[in-house]
Amino acid sequence: MIAFSLFNYWIVIILMMAGFYTVIASGNLVKKIVGLNIFQTSVFIMYISMGKVIGGTAPIVTVNTELYSNPLPHVLILTAIVVGVATTALGLSLIIRIKEAYHSVEEEEILAISQQEDESE
Amino acid sequence: MLIFLALALPLCGVIGVSICRRNPNLREGFTLVVSMTLLFVVLQLLSLVMAGARPELILLEMLPGVELRFKIEPLGMVFATVAAILWPINSLYSIGYMRGNEESHQTRFYIFFAVAIAAAMGVAFSGNLVTLFVFYEVLTLSTFPLVAHKGNKMAMLGGRTYLGILLFTSIGLLLPAIIWTWTLAGTTNFIPGGILTGHIEGGAITLLALLYLFGIGKAALMPIHRWLPAAMVAPTPVSALLHAVAVVKAGVFSIVKVMVYVFGLDLINQAPGADWLMWIACFTLIAASLIALRQDNLKKRLAYSTISQLAYVVLGAVLLAPLSITGAALHIMAHAFGKITLFFAAGSIYTSSKKTEVSQLDGIGRRMPYTMTAFSIGALSMIGIPPTAGFISKWYLLMGAFQVQQLAAVTVIVASTLLNACYFIPIIYAAWFKRESSEAILKYGEAPWPVVTALCMTAGLTLLLFFFPGRPFELIQQIST
Amino acid sequence: MISHHLPALQVVVPLLAAPLCFLLGRYRRLGWILSTLVSWLCLLIALQLAYQVVDGGQIHYAFGGWAPPWGIEYRVDQLNALVLLIVSGIAAVMFPYSWNSIQNEVDPEQQPLFFTCMLLCLAGLLGITITGDAFNLFVLLEISSLSTYTLISLGRDRRALTASFQYLIMGTIGATFILIGVGILYMLTGTLNMADLSDRIGNIGESRALQAGFGFLIVGIGLKLAMFPLHLWLPNAYAFAPSVVSAFIAATATKVAVYVMVRYLFTIFGPEFSFSAMNIHWLFIPAGLIAVLFTSIVALFQRDIKRMLAYSSVAQIGYMLVGIGLVSTTGLTAALLHLFNHALMKGALFLSMGAVCYRLGNTLIDNMDGIGRQMPWTMGAFVAGGLSIIGVPLTVGFISKWYLILAALEQGWWPVAVIVLLGSLIAVIYVWRVVEAAYLHQRPDQAKTVKEAPASLLVPTWILVLANFYFGIDASFTVGFTSSAATTLFGAP
Repeated sequence: MIAFSLFNYWIVIILMMAGFYTVIASGNLVKKIVGLNIFQTSVFIMYISMGKVIGGTAPIVTVNTELYSNPLPHVLILTAIVVGVATTALGLSLIIRIKEAYHSVEEEEILAISQQEDESE
Repeated sequence: MLIFLALALPLCGVIGVSICRRNPNLREGFTLVVSMTLLFVVLQLLSLVMAGARPELILLEMLPGVELRFKIEPLGMVFATVAAILWPINSLYSIGYMRGNEESHQTRFYIFFAVAIAAAMGVAFSGNLVTLFVFYEVLTLSTFPLVAHKGNKMAMLGGRTYLGILLFTSIGLLLPAIIWTWTLAGTTNFIPGGILTGHIEGGAITLLALLYLFGIGKAALMPIHRWLPAAMVAPTPVSALLHAVAVVKAGVFSIVKVMVYVFGLDLINQAPGADWLMWIACFTLIAASLIALRQDNLKKRLAYSTISQLAYVVLGAVLLAPLSITGAALHIMAHAFGKITLFFAAGSIYTSSKKTEVSQLDGIGRRMPYTMTAFSIGALSMIGIPPTAGFISKWYLLMGAFQVQQLAAVTVIVASTLLNACYFIPIIYAAWFKRESSEAILKYGEAPWPVVTALCMTAGLTLLLFFFPGRPFELIQQIST
Repeated sequence: MISHHLPALQVVVPLLAAPLCFLLGRYRRLGWILSTLVSWLCLLIALQLAYQVVDGGQIHYAFGGWAPPWGIEYRVDQLNALVLLIVSGIAAVMFPYSWNSIQNEVDPEQQPLFFTCMLLCLAGLLGITITGDAFNLFVLLEISSLSTYTLISLGRDRRALTASFQYLIMGTIGATFILIGVGILYMLTGTLNMADLSDRIGNIGESRALQAGFGFLIVGIGLKLAMFPLHLWLPNAYAFAPSVVSAFIAATATKVAVYVMVRYLFTIFGPEFSFSAMNIHWLFIPAGLIAVLFTSIVALFQRDIKRMLAYSSVAQIGYMLVGIGLVSTTGLTAALLHLFNHALMKGALFLSMGAVCYRLGNTLIDNMDGIGRQMPWTMGAFVAGGLSIIGVPLTVGFISKWYLILAALEQGWWPVAVIVLLGSLIAVIYVWRVVEAAYLHQRPDQAKTVKEAPASLLVPTWILVLANFYFGIDASFTVGFTSSAATTLFGAP
């Protein structure tokens, strides 16, 4: 029962690790951004889960309800989602410019070219 | 007020020199005027200090509890007077030398020279360790462009060694020593009798003393003496500045000052292994003399001679007898006058004949009688033969050594005197009595007149100090009391 | 009346000016003038705020009239007043400098974007510093970070793009870690207000979750402040960004991150928890010392002077970490002092390199042979900044070193003092490499002759250089401010 009540958090951990792994291990810049997104999303889920109060309804003031979920984390995470979108947009636009400059989105190839430039300076 | 003037005057010189850079005559005239004015100011201060006054000036507070503080005591007065007397003479000499050898960047030379003198004044008058350290570093940095003056490969390497060793020792050893002192005593002011008594004991005293002894790299104790021969790439007036006027004197002066006013003689005496401090000095004394014997390059030989002469001063300081401290202070003066004469002579020889090696000097006395007479006087002073100043200072050093019954130190002083004779007498002999080799085709005579005038003046000072030691002696006597 | 709203204005003014700058579009010079004026206004506000708290008071400002803990609170005490001063002061110097500097380094059509991002970055950094709310801090952190990524990618070299991308990945991971940490703290305490957090964390006692949150926060902030070995993004970012951006972020961004670290360790978690329970100084001191030694040595081998300065920055951050890790008032004072002083010295160094870049087109040491004679003022500024990095007396670097060594000796940790000194000795070598090239090497005959940089670049550079000397000779203001801030931080329960 306890394990099940923490179900959300297990998902958070799995997503977090999957995303983190993709960021680190993938050599493709687009996949890195995807991984970063998954990583951030896991944190969003964590915030949303902690605001949930079991048995509570949506936090709208009506006559009959006493118990409702905590709205604050949800509001916070709206902001964080916006930040996440901005980051993704910026990352993707950088990738487009990298593609124009290097004709590749593979980290290894770009690194090789950069290293050559470093040495030829 | 006078202190402030003494510090600010050389800096005025900097401004004046850089304004007059288009007109060499005006520029050098300005340097001479400023240096004479400084001498005048310092002599005013001297008469004050002789009368028992201890002028003080607090410029500003750097950190809470750490001020830029100046306070004149007899020892600093000795150093300042020596530097102030030698600056005009050295300027005169520089004019002849720099023009005679057509050196480049002469404005830069005079500017940094003036900064170095200002720093030397700051070191001499400093009233606490932090002020001492500040001006010590300014001195290091301002002399670097002078050492690397020629700008060629050799000069660059020499400059690198010079700066590297001096910064390494001062930041790496001296600075922690000062901060350590500050944590122990809560002050870094120089106070007669020391500030550390009761705050430190046992082996820590020895360790701290070693940090100071090696941290003050300008004193050129072995094994951190390498910068001094390396700096020989500099033009001769700079060597004179390094060896006689400011740099090494700042080093030994700082050591004596730290021993007397930070530790206090009583405290150091209790330290276990205080003898070791003496042995380091003795080792440097003998080893440097031995190396000097083997140098053929005249300036290098003089450089190693300086290292061994400095060790006399350090030895005087660590013998911890009042008489030996007197001897050390006297030796600062005697060595300054003697060594500057020798360097001036070496530069004079180079200017007129381009000779740099000892083996080339056969018969040179006939061609350059004034130069070589002065050289002989300087050399006799280094050895310690009357009627030169070196005799008096060595006399007091020996007396000090007897006073504390360090027979080993006595032996070392005597032995090194013999060694000094071994490497100076042959030069004098060759210059006056050997025949010039027949290959010499280059006809040359005396060096330009400013050079000759300058070196005759310093040789004269060496003699004067022997015949009239009274006034300086009075001043130095005040240190121990 | 308006003076009551100063804490809000500090952030709002640059934040509103940013889009305005973008709207001005083609009128690039107008955008520059506007942003310069805004930066000066920010400095005035920061000065006013600092003046109000100089005696140890605090300013509380409830945003939008919502009382904390429901609303966002802005809070100014001595610690962040000092950081506000640094950030806005550096900005006030950088903006006038930027116009000439970017003409050669940023495409004309991107220049409005440049000023917009600079203002956003400034707003973000000021906001991080002034805010009293943990989540607000995260948002402002992202504002400053996103604009920084953009600024770096404006560099002409294409490697600026990869550097920016690398920074984006690592910076976002760091920011997300901070987000996780804040989330855990919120779960434990139910508040985001820093003052409330610090009260309630004290009552939690030992908790695994608290320790995890602490860990996430330290790593996240550590990434942002380039704590060794999380510094890998920094050298390339500084090397390829436009010079004025390198100067700005080197002097401010990492400093603000150090401030955040201090704020979390001391105000929120409290020294008791951070150092006694978590023993975080056993991480900071080794990491700091290794950074000092290792990155200083790496700096020796750099041919691009901007990158060399970047490595030196990592080393300097190492000093600050060591200062924090010494866990004493003197140590913390040393860290905060160095935070202030390093901004001045690195700012001056990067600005002088910006002037070199303006004339030479790059900052490779091979091209700098003999330029000391041709650009005397520029290289004079570099030498002065270099002396400060070394820690020569009469410069601010000396004051920092003095306190750091003092703190180490007070604790009896003399090996720390030895390594700190060793670091400054290595600094001698890397600074002197440049000095020798600029002054002692001959300018090659085929090299183009260069003129001195224009006054619009030299004046800001020399303002920083003179500040280096001023605060090095009379440190009573900085030392007074930082030591009383440090005492407050340790004194607070």
